[in-house]
Amino acid sequence: MLGYALRRIAGIVPVLLILLTVSFFVIRLAPGGPFASARGLSARTRAELRARYGLDRPLPVQYAAYLRALAHGDLGRSYSLRDEPVAGLIGAGLPVSAELGAAALLLGALSGIALGIGAVLRRGGLIDRALAPLAAVTLALPSFVTGPLLALVFGLWLRWLPVAGWQPDTPRDLVLPAVTLALPLAASIARLTRAGLLEVLNASYIRTARARGLGRARVLWHHALRPALVPVVSYLGPAATYLVTGSLVVESVFELPGTGRYLVMGAIDRDYTLVMGMVLVYGTLTLLANLGADLLHAWLDPRVRHEPE
Amino acid sequence: MPGSIRGCAMSPSDPRRRALLAALVLGALVLLAVFGPVASPYSYRALDWRHLAVPPGFVAEHWLGTDALGRDLYVRTLSGLRLSLLIGLLATLVSVLIGVAWGAAAGWVGGRLDAGMMRVVDVLYALPYLFIVLILAALFGRGNIAVLLLAIGAVGWLTLARVVRAQTLSLKRQAFMEAARAGGLSGLQMLRRHVLPNLAGTVVVYATLMVPQMIVYESFLSFLGLGVEPPRASLGSLINAGARQMLSAPWLLLVPATVLIVLLLAFNILGDALRDVLDPRQR
Repeated sequence: MLGYALRRIAGIVPVLLILLTVSFFVIRLAPGGPFASARGLSARTRAELRARYGLDRPLPVQYAAYLRALAHGDLGRSYSLRDEPVAGLIGAGLPVSAELGAAALLLGALSGIALGIGAVLRRGGLIDRALAPLAAVTLALPSFVTGPLLALVFGLWLRWLPVAGWQPDTPRDLVLPAVTLALPLAASIARLTRAGLLEVLNASYIRTARARGLGRARVLWHHALRPALVPVVSYLGPAATYLVTGSLVVESVFELPGTGRYLVMGAIDRDYTLVMGMVLVYGTLTLLANLGADLLHAWLDPRVRHEPE
Repeated sequence: MPGSIRGCAMSPSDPRRRALLAALVLGALVLLAVFGPVASPYSYRALDWRHLAVPPGFVAEHWLGTDALGRDLYVRTLSGLRLSLLIGLLATLVSVLIGVAWGAAAGWVGGRLDAGMMRVVDVLYALPYLFIVLILAALFGRGNIAVLLLAIGAVGWLTLARVVRAQTLSLKRQAFMEAARAGGLSGLQMLRRHVLPNLAGTVVVYATLMVPQMIVYESFLSFLGLGVEPPRASLGSLINAGARQMLSAPWLLLVPATVLIVLLLAFNILGDALRDVLDPRQR
């Protein structure tokens, strides 16, 4: 298990390096550059600014300098946001994004698993029949449609919840964004739980357990649930990728002060260091989350560990 | 004990009927998108200063209402629908071409090439995609529809490449392939006559399911202001504009959102139904 984990962790580094390298050069390929759109700058000021950030040097030199700084934990300074350190900007927004992602993951996983179990407990019951069409609809709709619609209904019409904005320490603000982000997650997990349980319940050891006189609920809880959740766990990898990109959408819909806005803003302003910082942080997060899901999967299902790479 | 056979029988009626229904809805939407804006007396950019932010059904001239600049919402929604459909279909085409070529090449040649190509797919899979598309669109494609198309189209091919590769691999081992080889067909001929036609069903199903995804990507980029530029409209930019004014003019959000929802559901239902018809083993 440890060897498998170490191999996988080592595998992240080259992927990250490739991602950073490609982003570094692609960003600089784009037409325009930092300070090109800033008005009222004389050619001399502009040249001085470019020199200050080292943008006048050849690209390979800039690249080497960036990597060297990165190795010392320095993400550079933003060109467009008053020379702020990129690490500080991202560090300030990340707790909000993380809180949103964690809340959505928890909500999605718990409600999804509960719905899946509910559907199997009563085959042909209300939950069982409603699950497939509801999940299909939920999965088809993007967050930037469900978000405003939920805000319209629960925020403006019913006035149950705040529509947008963010004050720390008020969980009410978190409800609508988290629900918006959690909906597709809950739908997928409910589907997977239901399918997994149905498959496991056909196994012979479940029949044995039933034959020993154990009740349906007890068999479900003690014998069927854990193996049935393996597909759910392996779905957590894609789910993490979804959460990372989805939080971007939801943050912009509900105007949350997370990190998401820096990506689009930075790319439009040609704020190279800011975009690179976002690529690094979100790329690492996605890769780590995928890795975490894989490790959990390997722990639950030992066959995975021994597969040749 | 609940059995899987009963689970199958429980699924909603004949998939053919669902496919037909979804196809009819899609056909109606396409017709509306193509002929609706032309048939209307208004253009998507015409301003009507006498009717600003009129709710639906209020004045006879604009039955679905107008936005804050007095532009007709019916025409704007339909021309947005047309743009979204067009970009969705073209981006799907791009994705399908890349995906089929990549998957079929990897599966057909096999060996080192296969391992290398699939490794690339694995790595790309682990990256946050929308992210890359966002960066690309912000850097190169603001308002540039061709770039937008390529950026979105480059997203969807990964899953298709995997599926096509797996199918190609299993096709390669079939007895009729050996017969074809014994009959003197060259590799390319076999690929063209036996492999690609056998892939068609799967590809059609995945392509149908990919169109709504592409429409979502495009709408999302337009929602963030990275896609089509005003006064042009896509469903995404209309929803964004509507979401900003939903307190004073909720219809500006509800109308385009409804159209997008119907469009996405129709494509998804059609894709799922086609999968049931063409490939009953999946599911």
